[in-house]
Amino acid sequence: MLGSLTNFESLFDELRRMEQDMDELFGRWAAPAGIRSVSRGTFPPTNVGATANTVDVYLFAPGLDPKGFEVSVQQNLLLVSGERRLPLQEKATYYRQERFGGEFRRVITLPEDVDATRVEARYRDGILQITLQRKEAARPRQIQVQ
Amino acid sequence: MSDGQEIATRPASEMEAKEASTGRTAGLVLRPPADVFEETDGITLQLDMPGVSKERLSVQTDKNTLTVEGDVQIAMGQGMDALYAEVHSTHYRRSFTLSGELEPEKTEANLKDGVLTLRIPKRSELRPRRIDVRAV
Repeated sequence: MLGSLTNFESLFDELRRMEQDMDELFGRWAAPAGIRSVSRGTFPPTNVGATANTVDVYLFAPGLDPKGFEVSVQQNLLLVSGERRLPLQEKATYYRQERFGGEFRRVITLPEDVDATRVEARYRDGILQITLQRKEAARPRQIQVQ
Repeated sequence: MSDGQEIATRPASEMEAKEASTGRTAGLVLRPPADVFEETDGITLQLDMPGVSKERLSVQTDKNTLTVEGDVQIAMGQGMDALYAEVHSTHYRRSFTLSGELEPEKTEANLKDGVLTLRIPKRSELRPRRIDVRAV
C-alpha cells in the first residue's frame, strides 16, 4: 500500500498549500485501486488521515453503542467489527429503508510505522475515531546544520 | 392510506439547481440515507448524519417541503494529510416533499449519535377513526 501511496505525493503537496479543511483534505482525494479497496456503500464509510505523530481513522458509524465495537490492531492492519440493529416498527408501513442494518466488518491497511500498542478510540456524534501513534523512529527529525 | 408516499425526495435536477445557486457543487453535498415509515398518527424519518452535532444541524419546513442540513465536525491533528477517503464532504443536505395531512410545524426532532429522528404528526381530524359498530 505504501508503494501506491507515494504516487499521490504530488497531490498531497498541492493539498498542503490549501486550507487544512476536511472538505479540501478528503474531498479531492482520488482513490487508488488497492488490494483491500472496497466498493461504494460499504459500512461504515471510512477516512484515514495522518499527521507527523499519528494516524487517525474515522469511521462514520452512527447510532451505535460504543461498547459494541470490536477494534483490534495487527501490525499495520486495523480491524473494526460490530453490529447495527435497526428494529422494525411492526405496525408501520415503510416507504424507504436506506440505512444500513446488520453486521459489519472492516479491515483497514495503515502505514507500516504505526505502533499497535498505542491506540485510542473515541466515539462522538456517530463517528468512531481511532488514533494510532507512529513509531518514534519514523517521525521526521530536524537535522541541525553545523 | 398511501398519502405517505408523497414524502419523496425532489428530482435531482431541482436539487442541483439549488446547489448551484448557493455556490456549492453537487459533488460536495452528502445525501444522508433515510428510513421513512408511517403509523396511524404520523410519519417518522430517520437519517444517518454521522459527525453532526445539534449546533450544526438545521431542520426547516417551508410550505410542503422539509429540508435537513448539517455540517460534520471532526477532530483533526495539525498538519493532517489524507491517506484514504470514502467520505468526500462535510455537508449533508436532503429535502422531502410532505403531503397535506401532515403538520410539519409540530415536527419533533431528536439527534443522537449521528442519527436524526423526525416525527411529523398527522392532523388529528385526518387521522383514521375507529367506528364502533353497535348491535341494534
